[in-house]
Amino acid sequence: MLQNLIFGKLTIEAIPYHVPIIMGAAAFMGIALLGVLFLITFYRKWGYIWNDWVVSVDHKKIGIMYMILAFVMLLRGFSDVVLMRSQQALAAGSHLGYLPPEHYDQIFTAHGVIMIFFVAMPFMFGLLNIAVPLQIGARDVAYPYLNSISFWLTFVGAMLCNISLVVGSFAATGWLAYPPLSELYYSPDVGVDYYIWSLQIAGVGTLLAGINFIATIMKMRCKGMTLMKMPIFVWSALCAMILVALAFPVLTVTLGMLSLDRLLDMHFFTDFSGGSPLMYINLIWVWGHPEVYILILPAFGVFSEVVATFSHKKLFGYTTMVWAIVIITFLSFIVWLHHFFTMGAGADVNAFFGITTMIIAIPTGVKVFNWLFTMYKGRINMATPMLWVIAFFTTFAIGGMTGVMMSVPPVDFQVHNSLFLIAHFHNVIIGGVLFGYFAGIIYWFPKAFGFSLDEKWGKRSFYLWVVGFYLAFMPLYVLGLDGFARRVNHYENVLYQPYLIAAALGALLIMLGIACQLIQLFVSIKNRRALRDKTGDPWNARTLEWSVSSPAPFYNFAVLPIATEIDQFWIDKEKHLAEGRIHPKDIHYHPIHMPKDTPIGFIIAMFAGIAGFALIWHMLIPGIIGFLGVVLSIIARTFSKDIDYYVDVETIKKIELQHYKELTNA
Amino acid sequence: MHNQAAIVDEHHHHDSDATDVFGFWLYILTDCILFGTLFSTFLVLNYPGSPGPILKNYSNLHDILIETFLLLASNFTFCLASLNLYKDKLCKVQLWLVLTFLFGAGFVFMEVSEFIHMAHEGFRWDVSGQISAFFTLVGTHGLHVSFGLLWILVMIIQLPLLKITAITKRRMTYLGLFWNFLDIVWIFVFTIVYLMGAM
Repeated sequence: MLQNLIFGKLTIEAIPYHVPIIMGAAAFMGIALLGVLFLITFYRKWGYIWNDWVVSVDHKKIGIMYMILAFVMLLRGFSDVVLMRSQQALAAGSHLGYLPPEHYDQIFTAHGVIMIFFVAMPFMFGLLNIAVPLQIGARDVAYPYLNSISFWLTFVGAMLCNISLVVGSFAATGWLAYPPLSELYYSPDVGVDYYIWSLQIAGVGTLLAGINFIATIMKMRCKGMTLMKMPIFVWSALCAMILVALAFPVLTVTLGMLSLDRLLDMHFFTDFSGGSPLMYINLIWVWGHPEVYILILPAFGVFSEVVATFSHKKLFGYTTMVWAIVIITFLSFIVWLHHFFTMGAGADVNAFFGITTMIIAIPTGVKVFNWLFTMYKGRINMATPMLWVIAFFTTFAIGGMTGVMMSVPPVDFQVHNSLFLIAHFHNVIIGGVLFGYFAGIIYWFPKAFGFSLDEKWGKRSFYLWVVGFYLAFMPLYVLGLDGFARRVNHYENVLYQPYLIAAALGALLIMLGIACQLIQLFVSIKNRRALRDKTGDPWNARTLEWSVSSPAPFYNFAVLPIATEIDQFWIDKEKHLAEGRIHPKDIHYHPIHMPKDTPIGFIIAMFAGIAGFALIWHMLIPGIIGFLGVVLSIIARTFSKDIDYYVDVETIKKIELQHYKELTNA
Repeated sequence: MHNQAAIVDEHHHHDSDATDVFGFWLYILTDCILFGTLFSTFLVLNYPGSPGPILKNYSNLHDILIETFLLLASNFTFCLASLNLYKDKLCKVQLWLVLTFLFGAGFVFMEVSEFIHMAHEGFRWDVSGQISAFFTLVGTHGLHVSFGLLWILVMIIQLPLLKITAITKRRMTYLGLFWNFLDIVWIFVFTIVYLMGAM
């Protein structure tokens, strides 16, 4: 009885010790984890990690932690790619490959979930955290403590997803867990529950972060920065966060209803007793379609910043760029049905959603032409961020065109659920979102860390990624047109095999590209003195984040800037050239009001993780502990009066003088 | 110097107040969407001829009306608490908050006993989709009210400890927004679920 209350359904059999692949992966993860823990202990860094990172409410540090999470999960999500691509390259005709169907199903589900929720989303929030407050001339986000909660909830969601590899299993339903397959009677094990609770916890974190950034952008811009003077990245972040605030509650409710179906035998999405599986599919795409725009809009923002900076020109068509973003934001809510044209909504409904989908190509095209015209007659610096942008133009254009093809319902009927769709989706998500984030990471890396990334290894990784991408996904278009369905782990017709071998080779090239990125990081850290950014403005850029030292001081701006123009920092630099800089000695500083670090965000998320794990395994006592832990931690924090402090003028002066010295010696 | 710090301080708090309340409004917006999704699911699953027993035969509109008045009364008493907050009358604030809590608790108590009664009579959430939607929609509102009650309790304890400051005033503003919002949601529940269901 007591055992049941504590452990619920969890038994030692939940660990799949008889499956060598899983155990191998688990052993690898375990060794890596132990290695990290050992190194931290060996170098006595626990205090540093706790005091400087875990409890930090500094947006720049939280941004870096998002980045680390995203990169680690990228490796995890990519190992799924290696398994899938090698399986499909092998499993033709009489050869069955090495992955059984139930395992293969978990792998493609985990791949989709991880790449969207725990790679793309953390990359995006990492970039937002690092860049947005600096770009608008603010000292932090609106709610620093909430920001810490958001990050740690995302982290806990990702960890729950990882635990499923070793304890129990993950969903084998595809990344959106369509019912009735995801209902208890078709998926009786804990896989779907892991899916639900890891997304639910991470989703709440995302929603809170969305609210946080809207409030930050709307209320904390520096003096003079009207909405139409914000950097385009801030605009794209604002619109993406509005989409988060509007779409993520729908995800929360949808997953909540699915979990009620599974926990309390309800009938929201069952295919009997008045439930409606189609309701789920509508609801999940009402969230899901805006979700892809949540990912792509900040990437568009990055492209806008990078193109203007590396062409040494003002961005072409600022106003049209803003309106294009706003229109895409609006349209993204009225196209969701194009994900299931084949479900029999009828010709008129399909026509409506087909047309709205096609219309999205117009503002997107406006943006692409704006970027091209920005480059036109610019003095273009072909550094790695710019290379990613150029690869994006062609790749995204192809992905966009196949998207318009599929927005025509009769065409979609042909290629629905085929590899054509997979190719299209990866074409825009890798060619648009990921390339954009890579450009953004290289672009803002000096601002976050104080030194630039190595260009040589960056270029190698770029070429491997781009060539690998085309090799991996162009064959999938051909296969999709030939009727090759998605999510198959074996096929009879051996004529398909050469294409899948090519795709596997493409994945191999991408793997080498990722290896180059790791080497790039390692080499850059080794040469950080040579790569040191002394000026705070390594790219000769245009926006306010480059007006402070690299890395930015913890208070961001000693004196809050005033913005009168769109590219305020460019104007300031011209003024500096003409009149010279003001010495920090001559500036009158004021004490700066800052939030104090707090471990509560971390603690709340850990309790939420316990509650989530308990819900997955139906553990009553740990569930109560987790739930009460969350509630009591939140309440305890409200009684604390010790939440803020002032940075005194002496400290500010010292930090500013140091930067001034480095700057003038550079 | 000290004087200057005070000015900066005041400026900051003024600013952050507006920002914070704006953020809470955003949260209310997301909660609106959450309820909107539940309402739309409820309406979709309540199509004519959907299987299972229907609400009309199990709900007691008199009790629902009493519940409605309890919630509206709790809203009124909360407004009185807010008024006294701005007059710095701590004891009265607490008194009205206690009354608010009692009215709210009465609401939750009646709702839970209604649920138990219905389930006992065979109107259970695991019978059909429309009943699942009913319990989830109304239950989510009830859960919100319960969290509101906990929040009121925390404020009753917190106010004498932290006194009436900018921070506690702001928290009372949030709580007021939240409590009013739940009233508005209840009006929709009352109309769409109970009144339209009784037709």
